[in-house]
Amino acid sequence: MRHVLRALRARNLIALAVAIALVVSLAACTGGQQATDTGTQPKAETSEVILASTTSTQDSGLFDVLIPAFEKADPEYQIKVIAVGTGEALKLGESKDADVLLVHAKADEEKFVAAGNGTERKDVMYNDFLIVGPKSDPAGVNGSTDTTAAMKAIADAGKAGKATFVSRGDDSGTNKKELKLWTAAGVEPTTTVDKWYESTGQGMGETLKIASEKDGYTLVDRATYLSMQDTLDLGILLEKDKGLLNQYGVIVVTDAKNQPGGQAFADWIVSPEGQKVIGEFGVEEFKQQLFVPNANQ
Amino acid sequence: MQIYADALREGWSLLVSDAAGVWQVVVTSLAVSGTATLIALAIGLPFGVMLGAGRFIGRRAALLIFNTGMGLPPVAVGLVVAMTLSRRGPLGDLSLLYSKTAMVLAQLIIALPIIVAVSAAAVGSVPRELQLQARSLGASRLRVGVLTLAEARLGLFAAVAGGFGAIISEVGAVQMVGGNLAGDTRVMTTAIVQYTRMGRYGQALALAIVLVGIVLFVNIWLTSAQTSAQRWERRQ
Repeated sequence: MRHVLRALRARNLIALAVAIALVVSLAACTGGQQATDTGTQPKAETSEVILASTTSTQDSGLFDVLIPAFEKADPEYQIKVIAVGTGEALKLGESKDADVLLVHAKADEEKFVAAGNGTERKDVMYNDFLIVGPKSDPAGVNGSTDTTAAMKAIADAGKAGKATFVSRGDDSGTNKKELKLWTAAGVEPTTTVDKWYESTGQGMGETLKIASEKDGYTLVDRATYLSMQDTLDLGILLEKDKGLLNQYGVIVVTDAKNQPGGQAFADWIVSPEGQKVIGEFGVEEFKQQLFVPNANQ
Repeated sequence: MQIYADALREGWSLLVSDAAGVWQVVVTSLAVSGTATLIALAIGLPFGVMLGAGRFIGRRAALLIFNTGMGLPPVAVGLVVAMTLSRRGPLGDLSLLYSKTAMVLAQLIIALPIIVAVSAAAVGSVPRELQLQARSLGASRLRVGVLTLAEARLGLFAAVAGGFGAIISEVGAVQMVGGNLAGDTRVMTTAIVQYTRMGRYGQALALAIVLVGIVLFVNIWLTSAQTSAQRWERRQ
C-alpha cells in the first residue's frame, strides 16, 4: 500500500512539474506578445473577413504578401482565406459563408452577380496558364504556339497509347479552363472511356506531382508551376498563347456577414496600392511577374 | 436542416441510380482495404501468436514497438511510402506511386501493428495452464497452437475488425500514395474529401453513408460472433 502511495505521489509531483512548466511557458509567450503589441500601437477591435479563393492562388504564395499588406493598410479587418475550387468558392458566396471572393472563371462570376449573389464584379489581375509535360514530349507539343492544335496533338498521342493527360477534375477554375480548351480542340475526354485521361479531383500541387510521376501532360498556372518546378520532372512546352490567359475577378457577396469588410478588401485590391503589391509579387524570387495587375483598364 | 435533406435526397438517388459511379468507388475501397487486411493478417497473425504465447528475450520490447505502432499516424506512413515510391525515391524505378499497389502497401503498414498487437493480447490472455495441460495430455505443439488460437478467436476477430476498420476509414495516406484518380485509385474517403471541397454534398454524403454502413456491418459481425461464442461457452 505504501509503495502505491509513494508511486502515486511521485507521479503527481511529475504531473505538477509539467503543468507548472506549461503555465510558465504559456505566460512567457503571451507576455512576449503583449510586449510587442504595446510596442507598436494600441490595436482597435478587428473584425474577421472571410475571403474564399482558389487553391492555385493560395499555392502560389500571393496571399502571404497580399493579406499582410491589406491588414496593414486597413488594421480594422482581419482576413481569413478559405482556399477551395472556384465552384466551391462561388457556392460559399451563395450560402453567405464568405464575405468576398477572388476567383477566376469570368462567365460563372458574371452569372453569380446577375443572380443577385454579389454586389459587383471587378477585374483584378491576370496570370497565364502553361501546358507542361514530360521532357520526352511524346505528343510533340514543344515549341508550338497554338493551344488548340497542342491539345489535339495530346489527345491523339493519348489515344495511340503514347501520352497521358492529368486533369484536376475538381470543377476548379483551372479545370474549367482545361475543359474549354478541349472543347475548342473538338475533344471530349472522359475518364471512363479514355485510359489516357486521368482525373485527380485534387489541387494544383497534387495534380502536378501526379503528372510528373506518370509522365503526363497537364494545364497549370504559371505561379504554381514556378514555385514547384524544382520538385517536378516536367517542362514548359507551351506558353504565352492568347488562349492561355486567366482573368481574376473580385466579388463582394451581397448581404454577407461582414459586407463592409468584404467591400474594403475589394476596394483595396483594385486600388493603386493593392495593384502595386500584386505586380511586385514573385519578381524577386522568380525574376518574372506571376500576376499582372489590370484593374481599371 | 434543408442542407441535410437536400444532400440526403440527392445522395440516395445517386446510390440507387449509380449515376456518378459511386459504387465503383465503394468496390475499389473494399478491394484495397480488404487486400491490405488479408496480407496484414497473413504476416501479423504468426507474429501476434509468437509475441502473445512465446517467452523470449526482446519480447517486451517487440510488444512495445507494436503497441506504439497501433498509434502510427497514417499521414506519416503515407509520406514515407510516397517518398519511397516516388520517382526520385529508392523504389522509383517500379513506377508504383499513385497506384492501387501503393495504397495496399500503405494500408498494410497501418494495419499490421494493430493486428499484431491485438492478436498478441488475445493470445496472451489464454491461460497458460491450458497449454501446459494440453501438452501434458500428449498434444503436439501444433495442436496446442491451434487450441490456443481457438480459445483466443474472439480477440482475433477484434484484430481483423480493428485493422480493417482503421484502414477503410483512413484518408491521409491513400490520398498521398493513391492520388484519388477517377476510376482507378479513388476510394470512398478521398472521394468524400473531394466532393466536399467541390460543394457536392449529396455525392459526399452518399459515400459517407456507405462507409458508415460498412464499418457498422463489421462491428455487428464482431459483436454477434462474440455473443454467440459466449453462449456456446456457457452451454459447455
